[in-house]
Amino acid sequence: MDRNLRRRRISDRITIGLFLLPALVLFGVLVVAPILVAAYTSLFRWNGFGGLPTDFIGLDNFVRLLDDPVFIGDLRRGALLVVLSVTVQLPLALGLALLLNQKLRGRAVYRVLFFAPYVLSEVITAVLFDMVFSQNRGLANHVLRLVGLESLSSTWLSDPSTVLYSVFLVMTWKYFGFHMILLLAGRQNIPRELHEAAATDGAGGWQIFRHVTLPLLAPTIRISMFLAVIGSIQLFDLVWVLTGGGPLNASETMAVTMFQYGFRRFEVGYASAISIAMFLISLIFAVLYQRFILRRDLEGAMTTMGDQR
Amino acid sequence: MATPIHLSRRTLLSLAGLGAGAVALGGCGDSGSDSAGIEWWHIQNTDPMLPVWAAFAEEFQAQNEGVGITITPLENEAFKARLTTVTQAGDPPDIYHTWGGGVLRQQVEAGLCQDITDAVAPWRDILQPASTLPYEIDGRLYGVPFDIGMVGLWYNKALFADAGITAPPQTWAEYLEVVGRLKAAGITPIALAGGEKWPGHYYWAYLAMRIGGIEALSRAAEDNNFTTPAFIGAGERLAELVALEPFQEGFLGASYGEPDGQAAAMGNGDAAMELMGQWAPAVQEEASGVEGGIGTDLGFFPFPAVDGGQGSASDAFGGGGGFAIGRDASPDAIRFLEFISQVDKQRRAAATGAFLPVTIGAEDAIEDPNLAAVAETLANAGNFQLYLDQAYAPAVGQEVNDRVAELIAGQMTPEQVAEAVTVVAQR
Repeated sequence: MDRNLRRRRISDRITIGLFLLPALVLFGVLVVAPILVAAYTSLFRWNGFGGLPTDFIGLDNFVRLLDDPVFIGDLRRGALLVVLSVTVQLPLALGLALLLNQKLRGRAVYRVLFFAPYVLSEVITAVLFDMVFSQNRGLANHVLRLVGLESLSSTWLSDPSTVLYSVFLVMTWKYFGFHMILLLAGRQNIPRELHEAAATDGAGGWQIFRHVTLPLLAPTIRISMFLAVIGSIQLFDLVWVLTGGGPLNASETMAVTMFQYGFRRFEVGYASAISIAMFLISLIFAVLYQRFILRRDLEGAMTTMGDQR
Repeated sequence: MATPIHLSRRTLLSLAGLGAGAVALGGCGDSGSDSAGIEWWHIQNTDPMLPVWAAFAEEFQAQNEGVGITITPLENEAFKARLTTVTQAGDPPDIYHTWGGGVLRQQVEAGLCQDITDAVAPWRDILQPASTLPYEIDGRLYGVPFDIGMVGLWYNKALFADAGITAPPQTWAEYLEVVGRLKAAGITPIALAGGEKWPGHYYWAYLAMRIGGIEALSRAAEDNNFTTPAFIGAGERLAELVALEPFQEGFLGASYGEPDGQAAAMGNGDAAMELMGQWAPAVQEEASGVEGGIGTDLGFFPFPAVDGGQGSASDAFGGGGGFAIGRDASPDAIRFLEFISQVDKQRRAAATGAFLPVTIGAEDAIEDPNLAAVAETLANAGNFQLYLDQAYAPAVGQEVNDRVAELIAGQMTPEQVAEAVTVVAQR
């Protein structure tokens, strides 16, 4: 009996191993190995040409990183984008999600319309908004003129003081539909009885929202926030096509800086250091966020070996 | 770093180039072991040069039984990214585009391309002597030029007349006065693609050449020191120009070849001048969408002299395209370069109007009067300086572009620019 059980466990493990193997190999070759190579090359001064790097400089690239005004600026701009995403984009998506959960005429049409921008690729979006924000022929300034708000018209992407906000506007346009759909799905998972019970107990609209809808939506909101933050950290395509990081680095992100050093200046070692810094920032954020904020949501969803087994 | 060769880079074109490249690469995956195959990467991925190159390759193949040429036309930026990838893998194409200078030097140091000094020596004298300079490293030749050009001031004669200016300025002081008079007449004096940075570095480089002479630039590269009077003086003169606010609205984010950019402002007649290379008229027409651009109103004059400077006003600043030979290429590849350098081939290329030939005797095939003016200025040039972002190592060239852009935005002093470039050069 005991031996049978043990034998079955062993054969189970072999089966599990066989099924995991292809994924593990792909993960190892395509994810783990490049990270290790980047970590290795980040310790060298290397222009990327001819074979392996040889000029070992230890952590100098990372020291230089902390002293690089562009990289420090990247961190500041990244933080600003994160804050704006969480305080502007998410409430907007939440509001629309709740609105589109009401019985509205043409509700399905609105849902599709609001989700449509998310379907476009980032490059197409950027090319589109490049034209919209064109100062002489662009739609944005044209519309502002038509409605008599000419004083609000701007050079949008050409002014270091407005460019980051213009980029954020495009980001919001592109991603609010995605968050809206997430939140809408979360909202539809809340049983109707709860709202009815609250209403029966005499709760008003705001009270129901504050004490029933919001707490029950919280897991979805936390996931939405997580995705928004990681998206802001890794932002590249949109900025690259829209502004190239300019003018004067005013819209540059870490990924753009990395590209500039890797493929423009051929300082591949330094670019690797930037990529490792990005990786660490994302990793630390992800771990802390899961540990402290997503903990309750993940309980029971994650298998922990040992005592629970 | 981005110096376009007569073509504006459109995202779609680059995608098309990538696609074509992928197909061609797939097709020649096994040609590396085939000694008779020549893999050729060039960046003339649009009309009018694309079919001309293809025709040359076909003619060469017809004359040389058993030699196959696989062409991969790539868009400018796509080419750079892709070449970086294959050179990192140690497998460069047999013939590939090069601008010479610092990038070529890095490739030479990594042993990726062949020293062709001796192979080219028997026929080298058919080329204009100045045209091979960018491809010479420590006295050895690593590339063969196929075209050459220079940067100068393109101006709108009608707008100059409106402002009461009768002759192009000869000196920097006169130039500043012209800018002032244009501005007083309500005309945008200068179109500048501040967003792309490389057009701005032309001013700084030319001023340094005019102040310190061409030797000051090569000495800076050797000593890794840019805090010399030539470069600081260049920054100061440029700051004088910037103080006049001569550029179009929103120039800091403006692109070069897009519909709202520098070339379009010239082609639409919205700005009076731009400092640009020989491809300027073609891009003005294309970017503005105006047939013929501003037509006969367009004129060309060399960059003005600086009073008291050591550089001559005839010294030219520019560059061109050439081809380098990958380390595993067969002698057929060099024979093909000889083939396309012949005067009849260069005349055919020059007749497209997208090309300033390097072979002696092909100049008269240029039909466009503006291009002919550029060719004449070049022919009379005492000295020739390659674009700084090509001549210096890529990191230094990019630093020049970035810091000069900040100078033009009023965020850096001339001394700070010189010091920042020096720091990168010494790294």
